[in-house]
Amino acid sequence: MLDYIRANRREVIAAVVLLVLLSLYLGTHPRGASTYVMTIWANQCLILGLAAIAQFFAVVVRGIDLSVGAVIALTNTLASHLLDGSAGAIGFGVLAVLAAGALCGLLNGLIIVFGRIQPIVVTLATASIFVGGALMLRPTPGGAVNYDLADAITLDIAGIPTALIISGLLIFAFWLPFRRTGLGLGLYALGSSEQAAFQSGINTRLVRIAAFTLAGLFGGAAGLYYSFVTTTGDAGIAANFTLNSIAAVVLGGVLLRGGVGSLIGALAGAFILKTIASLMFFSGIPSLAQPLFEGLILAAAIAIGGADVLRTRNRLEVFGR
Amino acid sequence: MSRTITPDSMMPYFGTVVLILAGSLYFPQILTFDYLSQQLQIAAFLGLLATGATIVILLGHIDLSVPWVLTGAAILSTALVGSGNPVLSALAVPAALAFGALIGVVNGIGVAILRIPSMVWTLAVNSILLGLAVLNTGGFNPKGEASQLMVSMASGNVFGLPVSFLTWMAVSLAIVAFLTRTPFGRYLRSIGYNEKATFLSGVSTPSVVFAAFALAGMCSALGGVLLAGYANQAYQSMGDPFLLPTIAAVVIGGTSILGGRGGLFGTIGGALFITLLTSILSVMQIGDAWRSIVFGVIILAMLLFQAMRKGARS
Repeated sequence: MLDYIRANRREVIAAVVLLVLLSLYLGTHPRGASTYVMTIWANQCLILGLAAIAQFFAVVVRGIDLSVGAVIALTNTLASHLLDGSAGAIGFGVLAVLAAGALCGLLNGLIIVFGRIQPIVVTLATASIFVGGALMLRPTPGGAVNYDLADAITLDIAGIPTALIISGLLIFAFWLPFRRTGLGLGLYALGSSEQAAFQSGINTRLVRIAAFTLAGLFGGAAGLYYSFVTTTGDAGIAANFTLNSIAAVVLGGVLLRGGVGSLIGALAGAFILKTIASLMFFSGIPSLAQPLFEGLILAAAIAIGGADVLRTRNRLEVFGR
Repeated sequence: MSRTITPDSMMPYFGTVVLILAGSLYFPQILTFDYLSQQLQIAAFLGLLATGATIVILLGHIDLSVPWVLTGAAILSTALVGSGNPVLSALAVPAALAFGALIGVVNGIGVAILRIPSMVWTLAVNSILLGLAVLNTGGFNPKGEASQLMVSMASGNVFGLPVSFLTWMAVSLAIVAFLTRTPFGRYLRSIGYNEKATFLSGVSTPSVVFAAFALAGMCSALGGVLLAGYANQAYQSMGDPFLLPTIAAVVIGGTSILGGRGGLFGTIGGALFITLLTSILSVMQIGDAWRSIVFGVIILAMLLFQAMRKGARS
């Protein structure tokens, strides 16, 4: 047990912080720990959580995806056109939305690998293209999403918020098995040292393309879930999601230099970020001061994460970080 | 200086000429002096921000706090002028510059001392500044006005050339001189290439990082002052649309996002190109959606062209 905690120090810290924040939130919420309160909280957290997972797949291979928010906006506007009508049409719509996200990611990956351009610059440019697509689909916010399906996915099952069940499935049914596959290990190998990964026979091009495709897929999933929660399409949501997804992965212990961190950490980071925001809402802090406090807490959390640099014995060690 | 003018940094200038010629086939008014001089005036706002961003990117870092440093400087300067006190209103521009430098130092603390990745730390600083601005103005548009000096800096003309453009060029020349004539410029690039080696050769790397971020903050603040002079007021989120075009202007100017390689000459071309591209796309009166797509495709095409040219050479 102790070894497990030591090996997964980053995730454990993030999970403890999240639990403390959540109990504070439920303690201060006027309606207490009811299913209703938990459901609304979990829905907001999962949207950002999926965005953070998308960012995680780009960051773990030592990249960054500035188009996460744009993919969410594009898939959200697409969903607002496709997620209504007969059961078959909706089923096709869900698949089409996820496929659109994955295609965006594939495009990023192909340009990064074959164009040999830095991911940050490529995704900066493709983000503009994706936002253009979103604006074309929905010049003004609107559209509709099937209410029955939206309710089924954003309420609760036997008192447990569906969003939490989805999070659990993502961790246990997707991430833990996936991490042990060749691709899962390849992501970490590529992020830790591209040269070593290449020399041990990993197809680094393929792994990098796969990482960005996964990033796109989860961006699409975030856009889909956002559509279920808000039941409208809005092309103007991109910028916020991109920046918050980066903050979330860092809070969750994923290192921007690649190779360190996990999907669980990214998810926890996103939940922490959203819980802080919800906590503010009921904390009694004047509403005008809330953005300032959110910024200060974000800065403090990141600074504490960086504080172990002050403990290094040799000043040269800090340059390798 | 000779190293600054590379084929990469010439590309946006070629692009600008192509844009003007191609655009003038459809819209002859593009070739008029008035239109081009107006473009130079507007390009100065993006150009000043991109000048600061170039310094930070040469260092191998990135500054995402540009939007709210700009907005904060605009709010501060217009509020000082709006107070009606002649002493305070004379202090408006210096105070805004000092504000930019102060935020640059705060950025430097996180990046140089705490070793937090600049992309995250400057993002947090940006959201703190947003919070301060909301708290200070109550979420409404801030009160205040631009001083005569700010208005003439943004909209005035000298010998037919816009003052804002001349200001931009003066700042660029001063920084180019600073980068090429002092050790600071060499240290800046060498940190961008290899920070550890630079530290081991006896350079106080933290002070270089502090100076670079402070300079970049002052550039952003000056951009904010000019924008406030242009609009005769400050408004919430006035900096947000500038963040990504600023980075785009720097990279299509041939500066490597990884640091070390590149220079201000390319950035000037990049800022001119992006301003002209945005302007021509709006003259063509195509919708927001297509404008955004064409913008992304052209930036991407220029980057691909640069990368392919390098690939063919090596």
